[in-house]
Order: sequence, then structure tokens, then C-alpha cells
Amino acid sequence: MGNKNMAARRGSLIQRLCLAPYSVWAALFIVVPLIFVAYYAFTDNAFNFTLDNVRRFFTATSNVTDEAGTREVHTYLLIFMRSLKLAVISTVICLIMGYPAAYIISTASARTQKIMIALIMIPMWMNFLIRTYAWMTILQDTGIFNGMLGLLGLKPIHIIGTEGAVVIGMVYDYFPYMILPIYSVMAKMDVKLLEAARDLGCNSFGVLRRVIWPLSLPGVFSGITMVLIPSISTFYISQKLGNGKFYLIGDAIEGQYVANNLHFAAAIAFILMVILLVCMAVMQRSANRRAAV
Amino acid sequence: MKKIIELKNITKSFDGQVVLDNINLDIYDNEFLTLLGPSGCGKTTTLRLIAGFESPDVGDIIFLGENINNVPPYKRNVNTVFQRYALFPHLNVFENVAFPLREKRVPKAEIESRVNEMLTLVALNGFEKRSVTSLSGGQQQRVAIARALISSPRVLLLDEPLAALDLKLRKDMQSELKKIQKATGITFVFVTHDQEEALSMSDTVVVMSEGRIQQIGTPVDIYNEPENAFVADFIGESNILDGIMLADRKVSFSGHVFDCVDFGFEKRQPVDVVIRPEDVDIVSEEKGMLKGVVTSVTFLGVHYEIIVDINGFKWMIQTTDFVDVDEHIGLYIEPDAIHIMRKSQYSGMYGDYSSFSMEMDEIGVLEEEVMEEVLEEAEVEHGE
Ligand SMILES: Nc1ncnc2c1ncn2[C@@H]1O[C@H](COP(=O)(O)OP(=O)(O)OP(=O)(O)O)[C@@H](O)[C@H]1O
Ligand SMILES: [Mg+2]
Repeated sequence: MGNKNMAARRGSLIQRLCLAPYSVWAALFIVVPLIFVAYYAFTDNAFNFTLDNVRRFFTATSNVTDEAGTREVHTYLLIFMRSLKLAVISTVICLIMGYPAAYIISTASARTQKIMIALIMIPMWMNFLIRTYAWMTILQDTGIFNGMLGLLGLKPIHIIGTEGAVVIGMVYDYFPYMILPIYSVMAKMDVKLLEAARDLGCNSFGVLRRVIWPLSLPGVFSGITMVLIPSISTFYISQKLGNGKFYLIGDAIEGQYVANNLHFAAAIAFILMVILLVCMAVMQRSANRRAAV
Repeated sequence: MKKIIELKNITKSFDGQVVLDNINLDIYDNEFLTLLGPSGCGKTTTLRLIAGFESPDVGDIIFLGENINNVPPYKRNVNTVFQRYALFPHLNVFENVAFPLREKRVPKAEIESRVNEMLTLVALNGFEKRSVTSLSGGQQQRVAIARALISSPRVLLLDEPLAALDLKLRKDMQSELKKIQKATGITFVFVTHDQEEALSMSDTVVVMSEGRIQQIGTPVDIYNEPENAFVADFIGESNILDGIMLADRKVSFSGHVFDCVDFGFEKRQPVDVVIRPEDVDIVSEEKGMLKGVVTSVTFLGVHYEIIVDINGFKWMIQTTDFVDVDEHIGLYIEPDAIHIMRKSQYSGMYGDYSSFSMEMDEIGVLEEEVMEEVLEEAEVEHGE
């Protein structure tokens, strides 16, 4: 008995020692920066407490001129909504394409599965700036895509500099983050459950709807999180593929930072983070509630 | 009786390896039929063919007179209780049981009443809202049975449903399953590799080995009239000896001529002779038909299990009389205790207790030469 306890305690000590570097790492590179962000967000240039930065995010206005005339808008709320819209569109596209793809891969032979997953992951090894530049050359008015349309005798399409181009870039960049978590849940699914469903009267669609889908929801939720969050705060893709016409919340943070408005940049980042955390908490809740039913 | 399922000349291979070899089997209405055989003999594959998860390479599966070779599982009026239950972890007990009814869009009120009825049948009332992952093995088992029975299938397939339960629970579930089968009148096709379970529960036992059916019969038939050495050995303990039929009802083995009840063999036809350990009477040496020396005695509670050496062949005998090791005894065998079998591919592989031990049971299917070697070694060890 005594020996066992000793062993257990020694085990936990070793465990703790092993974990120590990670704890230090997490404290140093996650917690401390977060504290700094919060600190900057709620202080002015003289480091006195202020809510001005936060207030500015919600109240700053500017004039927008388009075909409908000139309007006054809430600058950052507009930017945020635009970011949210593009991110949601990208996430939905990733999900619609990724879910069936993950399902098909998970039903393939073990060898095919490995090859497919490798093919999906290889582009991730490439730097993301390079990937974005690649899309620029593809989507340009005189780029590869329009060249191919020309060969087919079709009129070129103006893509670069549109929201569509930004969405294409985001979908391409974040697609693996959608497919991988869904695939990993599906690959682990017990085939006996699928057989049981067929045995109990489900055709293929019934099996998908009543067993595979509900059991894959954890993968779906983590896929959504992993695509939505980086795409909502992306700044580079919109600059390069949107020709800078679609100023996104990430661009705003970068812009303020470059302009040396560190406190306001921190405030935007902080607000974005809070909004995302709330969204995730709500999603997690609903996921748990579904699981409990 | 009405035939529900007929398997006709079914052959099935995986990766070029024949797993089922010309299976012919009729399953009748209201029957409790058990597929019994050692691991890997093709029991699960047979069930999967009936359920529709596999299709035969050759042969026909007939359901109520119709060929169902190409009917998908969800259209077959057959349900399965899977070995490890395969309950849906995202659904509670009620929803697991209601699963087939929801698929058929049965009205809510009817679902409610039928699920409750089923839960009563398997004694799980009050568990409706429980998560299936929080249930014990026996309870999960009951949920799986309720779920498989709720759409009133003509046939229920059960693949070693009791294998994961401990002995006590196993015994309870055996009688409960039997009760459920009686109450519902549904045909059960039950898979097990436990011969005792098969004998005690079934109306019909199908003994399989190496992808072939060895014998089909009632438990009593299978026990008393085994078809060949494999069946005799697999179902209970048996002494299996080489014998020669001298005439109808006369057989010679172990250097003695015995009266028996079997007939219809050719004159001087070599046969396998089965004598169950409990059918041998121990008498004094002078009165015995055979004489031998006791080499070991094991007390098993209800009886002693003794090994007797008769001219080098070791017999197992179960007796309530105490005898001592090295005692010289005589054996007396009634004519109806002797069962004659035709020679088969399994002749000589089973039924000798020369090297009786638990491990030897496991390697009972070794090739003969290997077997000889093992036996010799064991003999040497015994000698020391
Ligand atoms: N899908 C498959 N692919 C390849 N081989 C298979 C497949 N299914 C079964 N087999 C092989 O067929 C043989 C019979 O298998 P089966 O599962 O029917 O045996 P079993 O009698 O149910 O055995 P157990 O008592 O161990 O469950 C085994 O040798 C097994 O390896
Ligand atoms: Mg099996």
C-alpha cells in the first residue's frame, strides 16, 4: 500500500516537473501578453486609466460615399460587421465543402486516407504569405484563371479586389482546419454503430443524419472555431486579394499599430477577443445541450 | 413448422481464404437456434450474411420463400444484437430503444407506449432518461435487446451477447433471454462458443468448425449422437477410441468385443467409438470388461474426475466413488453408453486424455504430427 502511494506521488511529482516548462511557456507567451493587451486597452498614452479607447471603437464615425450617396457610419462597427460577414461566409463554405470531403475520406481504405490527408496538409507547410501571393497571380485580371477562361473562349471575370477574392483566399487558407478535426472524429467512429443504424432501418442518408452527423458535431464545432476565429481577424488576405478595398478588423488593428496608436490597437484587439469568447461560449453551450439530449 | 430462413449452398471467402464452405441451414419459426463453434469458424460471418452486412460469393439466402441476397439490411425484417451492444452514445435509453420507430415515423404516442412496453419486458423501467454510457454491461445488454426487438422482427440475431458478462449475470441473462424468446415468439439465432450455454438454451444447435457445419440437431441429439470426433469432443468430455465394427451391434476396441446399439455399418469397418466419462461404471478388476490403472484423481465437488490408463490409452471417467491413484480397477460399459461414429477428418485428433491439462485443450486443433510430438514430450514429463 505504502509503496503504491509513494509511486503515485513520485509519478505526480515527475508529471509536475514535466509540465513545468509548459506552464512557464504558457504564462510567458499567453497570459502575460493578454495582460498587456488589457492594460494597454484601458490606458492612455500616459498610462492613466481610461475607457476612451473602448468608447472610440463603438462611437467613432466616418463618411462613406458610394452609389447611394454619402452616409455617416460607425467606422469600427462597420468594419467589424464586414469582417464577421466574410468570416462567416468563408466558414460556411469550408463546412459545406469540408464535411462531405471528411466523410468520403473517412470511408476510404486506410492507404487512400493517408494519401488524402497528406495532400490536404501539404499546402499548410507553405508559408501563408506565399499562398496568398499565389492566389494573387491566379486571380488577377490577366492571371492564370482568366487566361484559362480565355482559352475556353469565355470572357475574363474581374475577381481580384472583390469580396469574392477575399473569401476564396480565406477558404483556401483555412480549409484544412475545417476538414482535419471533422475527419479525425469520423475516422474514430465505431463502424458497429453505423451497422446498427442500418440494421435498425436506416438507409445511407438516415445513417448520416441520425448517427454520423450528431456524433461528428464535436469535430464540426472545433472546425468552425478553428476557421471562424483566424478568418475574422485576418488582415493580410484582404489587403492582397481585396486590393485593400475591404478594410477588415485585422487591418484596423494593424493600421493603428503601424500608426503607433498602441492603446487603441489594443482596445480593438481586446474587444474582438471578448466578442469571440462570448460567441464560442454560446456555441459550446448549445453543443453541450445537444449532446445532453 | 414454417421455414423462415434458408441458407442454400452458401460459400464466402475473404481475401481468397474460404470462411464459409457450402453452408446449408434451415431456420424455423419460433425456434431458438444456436451457432456453436470455436473462434474463427465463421459464426459471425453467418450472422452478417443473414443480417445483410455481407453477401455470399455463392449460394442463396431465402427469407420466407424469397431470395434476399440483394436486399439491404434496413429492408430486412431481421435485427441484430451486437456483441458489444453498439448503443448510440448520443442518445439516452429511451431514444436508443425508440430509434427504429422514429425512422418509420411512428406517431409519438405510439412510440411512447411501445418503448415503455419494451423497457418493461427487459426490466429497465425508470431508466428512460439515463445516458447509455452510464449503464452497467448487463443493463446495456438489455437496452440493445429492447432496441432490436421493438420493431418486432421475424428473426433476432444475437452475436455472443453474453460474452462480456460475468458468470452470475450470464446465467441470469441466459434464462431471461429464453423467457423473452418464449414471450415474443420471435425466432432467435444465437451465437456462442460456450457449449454449456448452447445446450441449455437452444431448441436446435448447429455445430460449426472451419467454415463447415458439422452437425445440426437438438441439444440431446448433439450430445448423445455426435456426428464425428470434433462434435463429440467440442460438446462435453469424450473418450474417443479407434474401433472396428464386427457386425450390427457388435464393436471391438481396446482389445475387447462390446455389445452396442448401433448398426448399419459394413463388416470390419473402422469407426470412432465415443464413450462419455459419466457413462463408465467402475467395478472390481475381475469383473471389468477392461482393466486399467488410475493415474490421477481430481475432486470436482459433485464428482471425481479420474484418468485411467488402459493399455496405454488414457480414459477420463467421472465417478462419485472414491478410487486411489495407482489402484487397479475394472471398467464396465453398458451397450447404450457406446456411441459409434463414422471416421472423419477429425479422427484421431481428439478424445485421448494422455496429456490432460488445460493448455492441451487449447491446442486441440494442432496438426497431427505436431500433436504427436507434444504428446511424447508430455509423456516424458509424466514419467519423471
Ligand atoms: N471482413 C473480413 N475480412 C477478412 N477476413 C475476415 C473478415 N471477417 C471475417 N474474416 C475471417 O473469417 C474467419 C471467420 O470469422 P468470423 O468472425 O465469422 O468467426 P467467428 O466464428 O465469429 O469467431 P469468433 O468466435 O472469434 O467471433 C476468420 O478467420 C476471420 O479472420
Ligand atoms: Mg464472432
